[in-house]
Amino acid sequence: MTDFTNSQIIDFIYAEARMLDEGRYDEWLALWLEDGHYWMPLDYQQDDPHLTTSLMYEDMFMLKLRVRRLNGARTYSQKPKSRCSHVIQRPFIDLLDNTAGLYQTNTSMHYVETRLDDQILLALTATHDLKRVDGKLRIANKRVDLLNCDAAFGNIQLLP
Amino acid sequence: MDGDAGGMTVTKADNQARADAAYIAQLIQPHQVHRDVYTSQTVFDLEMQHLFTNVWVFVGHDSQTPKHGDYFTTQIGTQPVIQVRHSDGQIKVLHNRCPHKGTKIAIDRTGNTGTFFRCPYHAWSFETDGALKAVPLDRGYENTGFRTTANAGGIKPVGSVHTHRGFVFARLAETGISFDDFFQDSLSSLDNMVDRSPEGQLEIAGPPLRYMHKCNWKMLVENQTDTCHPMVAHQSSAGTAVRIWEELGNPEPKPAAMQIIAPFMSPYEFFEDMGIRTWPNGHGHTGVSHSIHSDYSAIPGYFEAMSAAYGEARAKDILDENRHNTIYFPNIMVKGPIQQLRNFIPLGPDKTLVESYIYRLVGAPDELLARTAMYNRMINAPTSIVGHDDLEMYERAQEGLLSDGLEWVNLQRLFPGTAEDFSTETVENGTTERQMRNQFDAWKTFMTTSMPDRKDGKR
Repeated sequence: MTDFTNSQIIDFIYAEARMLDEGRYDEWLALWLEDGHYWMPLDYQQDDPHLTTSLMYEDMFMLKLRVRRLNGARTYSQKPKSRCSHVIQRPFIDLLDNTAGLYQTNTSMHYVETRLDDQILLALTATHDLKRVDGKLRIANKRVDLLNCDAAFGNIQLLP
Repeated sequence: MDGDAGGMTVTKADNQARADAAYIAQLIQPHQVHRDVYTSQTVFDLEMQHLFTNVWVFVGHDSQTPKHGDYFTTQIGTQPVIQVRHSDGQIKVLHNRCPHKGTKIAIDRTGNTGTFFRCPYHAWSFETDGALKAVPLDRGYENTGFRTTANAGGIKPVGSVHTHRGFVFARLAETGISFDDFFQDSLSSLDNMVDRSPEGQLEIAGPPLRYMHKCNWKMLVENQTDTCHPMVAHQSSAGTAVRIWEELGNPEPKPAAMQIIAPFMSPYEFFEDMGIRTWPNGHGHTGVSHSIHSDYSAIPGYFEAMSAAYGEARAKDILDENRHNTIYFPNIMVKGPIQQLRNFIPLGPDKTLVESYIYRLVGAPDELLARTAMYNRMINAPTSIVGHDDLEMYERAQEGLLSDGLEWVNLQRLFPGTAEDFSTETVENGTTERQMRNQFDAWKTFMTTSMPDRKDGKR
């Protein structure tokens, strides 16, 4: 059984952000467990993803669809393509349970997304639920809380 | 100039108003509209002054303000208003402006003001119907003539308010077309949405999505009955979803996400056959016989609850109606089968805020609301892979219309060749652009209702 250190868990969070920034989506999807969800609430401190609207609450099918679409021949909103950059603060490790193989991190980030002459900046906190599976860290669930989740946005096309 | 009690309403010179009416009449032809209707600041200002003043505009839902003092702030056109529950249980809609210096009375989106409003600037206080309650140190106004001014009347209510089965509409103008004359039989779509609750009642389910569009509000309204764009603009999302599903071997049953997104790739014939119905005054809907919402899987316990409430035959009638998008002119769209309302709030000629609301069917299983919430985030969110392509089209159109290459926008699909009569309900081929033409016919009517010397002879 592998025991993960703080440093390894933090490296995992940094590596995930880099995959998103570099558009390495196949690698990124491979980090996820099959029953995971990427959740971006609409309301501040929202506690339910099901019976009220969220910005995103996506299972693996939707996430695969989302990243496959980005490279489609007729994906007009990605002609030209968007680019993004995550600037991340050192993650807090809120849970490190090597016996159960469960980990949770809390990471503040600034997210920049740009296309043509437009650029947006979002401040957010990402909460990762990680699991040890076959000696590797995998994403069980990820929650992204935008600081201004209740503001009116134009398109947010990539993954904050 | 018109006088009122101690105040004056400043009006434009008659010759300017006549010029406005002549200009507006020129912009709309039976088969095409001038690009100025989408791009011109002058047209936008006239829309706010006339169109959004003369017609009934959606405000909110009564479940957003259930108790005395509950309020909700929004806009009618560019006019800031407050929807509030008064002490007598009635919903009031007030101009969000202190009669003293103009300070907005409420700026949070929702709240409870207690038994009265109090302006945060000089503590003038008002009843929840707007009536002036008290002014501090009011001896300062003795013998000043203040009591005879309109300002002493308190926070001004809008011209008229009507609640239809929980949906609150307002007309800013004091006089004008009645609620029933304006909406007529189009209310059947709202009715069907509410009838889908075993208790005949909807309840707001959380805050709306708020999606900013750098385009004219009418582009969004037109797109709601544009049935020739889904298989093109949404090929990247819906087409990719269908392809991924095929690669998985088309497993059944399809999950809710696939049930929602796959029908966007339906062929032209599907949309032709589903039909478009138009009603007078710019209202209309797609999905007369069927729609992209027809084949959602049944939720256990729901039909039983509906049958217990209405009887089996009536329950079946209610649920067999699967209207797609209903436009309530000028600026909302309702999806009855999934209890959604989208409000296209005009902010400028090239700026529109879209708020997408969902409602709970009171007495129905939660799974229905879960599907509704899923639809909202999948299709209507700023993070939606479907919404991205729609917004891309609108913004490209807004920029393209600045081209001087052509001045007119074409609305001629299934146009009969001569000017149409929109005064009676009509059902036509589901790919017609008649509903868009219907909207512009109503647009011209209500833009010029309050202008002198109307050029279209309808006065």
